[in-house]
Amino acid sequence: MANTTTSPAPARTQKAPEAGALVTRRKRRYTLLTRHDKILIALMVGVPLTLDLLLVWGPTLASVGFSFTNWQNIGPITGKNFVGFKNYQFMFSGYTLFWPAFTHNLIWLAWLTLIATPLGMFFAVLLDRDMRGTRIYQSVFFLPVVLSLVVVGFIWDLQFAPTDGFINNALGTAKSSNLIDWLGNPRINLFSILIATSWRHVGYIMILYLAGLKSVDPSLREAARVDGATEVQTFFRVVLPVMAPINVIIVVVTAIEALRAFDIAFIINQGKNGLELLSILIYNNSISEASLVGFGSAIAVILLLISLVPIVAFLSRVMRTLA
Amino acid sequence: MGDSREAKRVRNRLALPYTGAELPMNLDLSRRDVLKIAGYGSLAAFIAACGGGGTSNNTGITATGGSMSLGSYNTDPNSKKGTDAIVSAFTAANGGTKVKVNTVDHGTFQNQISSYLQGTPEDAFTWFSGHRMRFFADKGLATPIDDVWDAVKSNYTEGFAASVKGNDGKAYAVPTDYYPWAVFYRKDVWSQHGYQVPTTWDALKTLSAQMKKDGLIPIAFADKDGWPAQGTFDIINLRLNGYDFHTELLTGKQKWTDARVTAVYKKWSEITQYYSPAFAGLTWEQGADQLLRKQAGMYLLGLFVSDEFKASGSQADLDQLDFFPFPDMGTQYDAEKALDAPIDVFMLTKKSPTLQADLGQAKAFLEFVAKGSTQVLYWQNAPGSIPTANDADTSTYPALTKKAVQIVSQAKKITQYFDRDSRPDYSGPNGMQGFLLKFLANPKQDTTSLQGQMQAFWDSLPPE
Repeated sequence: MANTTTSPAPARTQKAPEAGALVTRRKRRYTLLTRHDKILIALMVGVPLTLDLLLVWGPTLASVGFSFTNWQNIGPITGKNFVGFKNYQFMFSGYTLFWPAFTHNLIWLAWLTLIATPLGMFFAVLLDRDMRGTRIYQSVFFLPVVLSLVVVGFIWDLQFAPTDGFINNALGTAKSSNLIDWLGNPRINLFSILIATSWRHVGYIMILYLAGLKSVDPSLREAARVDGATEVQTFFRVVLPVMAPINVIIVVVTAIEALRAFDIAFIINQGKNGLELLSILIYNNSISEASLVGFGSAIAVILLLISLVPIVAFLSRVMRTLA
Repeated sequence: MGDSREAKRVRNRLALPYTGAELPMNLDLSRRDVLKIAGYGSLAAFIAACGGGGTSNNTGITATGGSMSLGSYNTDPNSKKGTDAIVSAFTAANGGTKVKVNTVDHGTFQNQISSYLQGTPEDAFTWFSGHRMRFFADKGLATPIDDVWDAVKSNYTEGFAASVKGNDGKAYAVPTDYYPWAVFYRKDVWSQHGYQVPTTWDALKTLSAQMKKDGLIPIAFADKDGWPAQGTFDIINLRLNGYDFHTELLTGKQKWTDARVTAVYKKWSEITQYYSPAFAGLTWEQGADQLLRKQAGMYLLGLFVSDEFKASGSQADLDQLDFFPFPDMGTQYDAEKALDAPIDVFMLTKKSPTLQADLGQAKAFLEFVAKGSTQVLYWQNAPGSIPTANDADTSTYPALTKKAVQIVSQAKKITQYFDRDSRPDYSGPNGMQGFLLKFLANPKQDTTSLQGQMQAFWDSLPPE
């Protein structure tokens, strides 16, 4: 993909063609770099590259390799362990948890994109106006972001508990006749934990967006006001376009949050009974006592492929803007 | 209790029946008692020392002095204290053997067990009996200890003897403690309503209907963690289809699509209407609270339910706690009186780099933990763990423990609980925990397709 969108670095377009033409004839003549520079560059590129290959791409490729085996983390991997595409075949056809988990990740993404993230942006816009006590509001909304997701999970676990939780008691639905099972009913428990997630996510987006808003040149708004634009028009026609870089970050953050969703569902019930997520399936299969490393890796490969979509979109955009 | 409840909570998340629970008993040890215990300890050491190098050399399998190492998952404060106590007693009794204890968080230890046993483990380690023990024995990751077992087996009943055997017939473990599963209730609530202990399935249903009329939740049930429902599956399957079918089913020698499994779900569906509302969102502790607060009439759980009584209630509540074995269901298998009574064991690893040098000490340690006196020492620290040895001094047991011992000794067949009798990839949240929750969401359903899914999932698993 890099070749089509960003190739022969447009930044160097002025020089590149001549240099390229010459390079083919005599390689070393026109270089501006001393031997020392070259070693330095080799080191600066080589060390991080080696680490990256070793620590990121090595394990990634290993996972892809594992995904074609039925290895259970015991003994060496022999020819007998290779089962071809059997893991993938079972995942898509026989495994009853894959499609629910996939759907739940999508719902998660939709919820964050359509509800939590816009809400965070809305709060940021409100708090950006010089209202009284804005610092206090900021702190209140930002507080959950400081908490680890595990803690957020525990907090909401207690709030949603059917008989002794705060929510059912406050709503008067703690009696057995009309008990709402927030965490145990597979039709609603996903939305319960989405509320818990949003509690944190909204604050996170708010603070990111607020930082962006603070950097918008006030004269732009002033100019808009002079031209007679309303508040809404000013925001959508002036501020939002100026904030384009931040908007990209917000979108990427939201997508990543949805894909890596794990902690809260795991804390609630280890991701079963309506709370299945791809990340949890990977854990439950390969890292837990089950030790189905092969099958877990196959799910991980699928999650990797899905994750590549927003990452590639983001990177290609970044590269384009850099160019 | 804060720490221990926390540890328990985490452990529950990891789908593990809690083992280090506390029992109702007054354990206010005075300093004199402690000295006494220490005294007995050193007395034992003295006797062992007098018997001299003699006894240990006679058997030729144990050694004194030196050193050994132990990998322990006893992180719960009570069980850690118990482990420390038996380790120092062992050091005193075995000529000053230095024991290096590596204590690892319970859930982590369990999740990492494969890597642990294949890497550089300690000489001895804490583990469970059942399929989970036999699995690592089959993989050659545990050292057989027939010589130790021959020396100590006279101190165990037949049930325990069966629980230490690998598939190759060799002994691999020394059992040290256990706890039974049964139906718990409050004596005061029952006498207030005049309830009688049901001994048959129909009596259980009649009683449940009566309790419902009386405004109680007849049967407390709490399955948020996924594993508690497996206890009910175990006991109904044991009563309806017997021990042999149950163990064969859990190890894949029978099919999940079998009509006998269908029968289990059908029977089970007759009592689900009496369960706690919103049970899929309740933890076992919340279920225990329903019993404690007199909202529920009965609760099928392990002896560790008394822990919740101790933590949230008073001594008076504890004194009201009683239990009865799961009722008969009118089959030939009633006579087996089978029940879940998970057994905790000590085993020897295979790949420990020091095991060759420390083998004598490690075997001496296993012999030491097979003694009733050692196990009682542990139990005094962690009272939810009932000693397994015949020569354990039972005189200080509270009534509830005595009764627990009694129903286990009457059982002709003992199982280890679903997740210890089956493979972990099948019993976990991925597999049976999820399937049972699906069944319980709509118990009256035709279970054919669900059973098909269970079998398909089993078939998808790689050979063990």
